[in-house]
Amino acid sequence: MVVSTKNGLKVWQRRDRKYQLISWAVLLIGTAIFVWCWQEISRSTTWAFFWDAPRIAADIGSRAMPPRWEYIFTLWEPLWDTLNIATLGTILALMMAVPVAFAAARNTTPSAYFIRPVALLIIVSTRSINSLIWALLLVKIIGPGVMAGLIAIAIRSIGFCAKLLYEAIEEIDEKQVEAIEATGAGRWQIMVYGILPQIMPALAGISVFRWDINLRESTVLGLVGAGGIGLQLQGSLNTLAWPQVSLILLVILAAVLVSEWVSAKVRGAII
Amino acid sequence: MEFALESRIGQPWKRPKFIKSPVVRWLMIVAAIAYLIAAMYSIEVNWARVYRGLDRGWQFVLAFVSPDFGSRAHDIRVGLTESAVMTIASTVVGIAISIPIGLGAARNISILPVYLTCRSIIAVSRALNEIVVAILLVAIFGFGPLAGFITLSFATIGFLSKLLAEEIEDMEKVQAEAVRSTGASWLQRYVYGIHPQVVPRLVGLSMYRLDINFRESAVLGIVGAGGIGATLNTAFDRYEFDTAAAILLVIIAAVMVLEYVSGMIRAKVQ
Repeated sequence: MVVSTKNGLKVWQRRDRKYQLISWAVLLIGTAIFVWCWQEISRSTTWAFFWDAPRIAADIGSRAMPPRWEYIFTLWEPLWDTLNIATLGTILALMMAVPVAFAAARNTTPSAYFIRPVALLIIVSTRSINSLIWALLLVKIIGPGVMAGLIAIAIRSIGFCAKLLYEAIEEIDEKQVEAIEATGAGRWQIMVYGILPQIMPALAGISVFRWDINLRESTVLGLVGAGGIGLQLQGSLNTLAWPQVSLILLVILAAVLVSEWVSAKVRGAII
Repeated sequence: MEFALESRIGQPWKRPKFIKSPVVRWLMIVAAIAYLIAAMYSIEVNWARVYRGLDRGWQFVLAFVSPDFGSRAHDIRVGLTESAVMTIASTVVGIAISIPIGLGAARNISILPVYLTCRSIIAVSRALNEIVVAILLVAIFGFGPLAGFITLSFATIGFLSKLLAEEIEDMEKVQAEAVRSTGASWLQRYVYGIHPQVVPRLVGLSMYRLDINFRESAVLGIVGAGGIGATLNTAFDRYEFDTAAAILLVIIAAVMVLEYVSGMIRAKVQ
């Protein structure tokens, strides 16, 4: 117990002197870094705009407020495209993620020194770049449209799915694999009968989880020209058609809520 | 049972199906195929454009072999600093706001009106995409890192408060009660009874969120909210693939370093 003396009385303390000093020092350095960061932000900000913001926000709000409901009829097709980008992108990602996950898991990798690092590199590099950047790049390469968004979503999801999946593979029960091995099964048979049934719930959970995230991300991919409802958003923003913007935002919000509900239901049914 | 066994002898074993009821299984398969056909049908691909673009794609792949860090070094440095600044400031502010909201959103320590208010703040923050928030904030506050900073702080609140609230709901009640029985005030109860229990998780989640915020800050620039995304966007627009490749490599390296450090800290705390 840490005790300090105050007026001849012993008083309980949470930390001893060393830890107290360390925690003060960390706090001091942290505060200094934060203040410096804040100054940097403040330096590149026009504060007049900041103080003006409530008026601007109210102005935009008043322009946007009755959403243009009849615009919804032009939104069905982009919404369908968005759904397709998310769903097909997830399917495509899973097709690529499963082999990568098997190559990255310690207990199934063909070679721990050569193939595993490559698989881990694929996982890290696809995971660290946002789908919007992939979309930006793919729009430049294969042209604007749904295809670019679909591939962007697929590439971005490989790392995420493969990482969760290879962790699930590493946690499987080795006894079942051994039992299959004991029957004289080949490498592929072990995979199909020993490993796959064990990771199937994880795989289903991961894909629904990722599908939910992908639907959110695909709603904004249109901003860089990669199809979906974001394209309409970009167009409305550029023409300052605020009533359309507010309707699109409402539709996106509804889509996100529905997808979250679906994914929670499906995951609840699986697990 | 015996009859089932009798009739099965001599027949090969079949793997049990993932979905047991055959009607549901076939319905789902048919629905999935119908959806796939409809979805594929709606995707238009201009193959001539793709073919022309392949050349450019190959150039981009080549650019990764010889990335150009030099000619736009200044812009890259400025963009990266801005991203880092936005990340740190927004994570700190986000955490500071998340803790009270997280406390309010934990059903076991807060009253119903506070609980509902905090939960709805969390729901709004989680439902809105960062990019959409950034677009609106750029329209309101003008271009620059301030919009990005507010966006990331807002997004941090939804993430951190929700997980913190869940952690508090799962905590050991006995410790908090022991502190309460000494006659501690509400604040003392939090500081000595609840906080020590959730602090490892809080630190872990904060590090994780720092990591996420950096990744997000790399794209906010595309919509004008400051950071390295703006530099990247410009490089793409000018078809300077070697510079773009350099920026992407910098982002990947920064994310990897951050992920490694945050993983180390999380492992140490938990």
